[in-house]
Amino acid sequence: MDIEKSVLIKDEYDIVTARSTAKQMAAEIGLGIVDQSRIATAVSELARNIVVYAGKGVVNFQWLSENDRNGLEIVAVDSGPGIADIDWAMTDGYTSGGGLGIGLPGTKRLMDEFEIESKVGRGTTITIRKWKR
Amino acid sequence: MLQVEQIPILKIDDFLITSIQVALHDKLALSFQDGVLRKIEHTNAKGLIIDITAVDVVDSFITRILVETAAMARMMGTKTVLVGLRPDVAITLTEFGMKLKGIQTALDLERGLAMLRKEIEMDNEEFC
Repeated sequence: MDIEKSVLIKDEYDIVTARSTAKQMAAEIGLGIVDQSRIATAVSELARNIVVYAGKGVVNFQWLSENDRNGLEIVAVDSGPGIADIDWAMTDGYTSGGGLGIGLPGTKRLMDEFEIESKVGRGTTITIRKWKR
Repeated sequence: MLQVEQIPILKIDDFLITSIQVALHDKLALSFQDGVLRKIEHTNAKGLIIDITAVDVVDSFITRILVETAAMARMMGTKTVLVGLRPDVAITLTEFGMKLKGIQTALDLERGLAMLRKEIEMDNEEFC
């Protein structure tokens, strides 16, 4: 599938761009205001993690279409330090910076699907999806 | 380039009222916090109302700034009420698990002001 939009993340201003892109695309496929808020917040967290932990990266957006349902897929990619213990990072209550990143369990709860791949020294890729019901 | 953006902080009687109408990026959130505390220092305000009706995304960073600002204001003797939390924002915050610890909330500006007036009245009675 083709990437519809791509937002380069290198500083905090790009976090704002990423979340407004998320909101706009969610609205475009007819997701409701609550889902728009969920997706924008999830993207904000992923983009902040890139800025805080990796310094730079990219957030890609693409449409999903499967049988008769539509959705939105967002992939946050960086080549930063990676996450050594994913289970630990996915534990609720764990945050290394008090609102300065991670927040992965919360992000997962806001979305329908959540996948994470990370290699120490290589980087992290997080994929999130939301389907229109 | 750092854009110079302002979030106005208005004073009425013993209260400061501020309404966030722009997309909050991190630096702006921090300068907002700084601006609010300075204004408290200069005005000796007893209450602070932060209106977030126009804020459509409240992520963990913004939550932290709001919670911290309220805690700092409290140390300076000022009570904070957060007003205008939209239903979609309230749902997202709750599902995510972000807590507005130590912050009072009210539906709108009017209720927020009433809440502050009542509390400050009660504080004054205790003194007498």
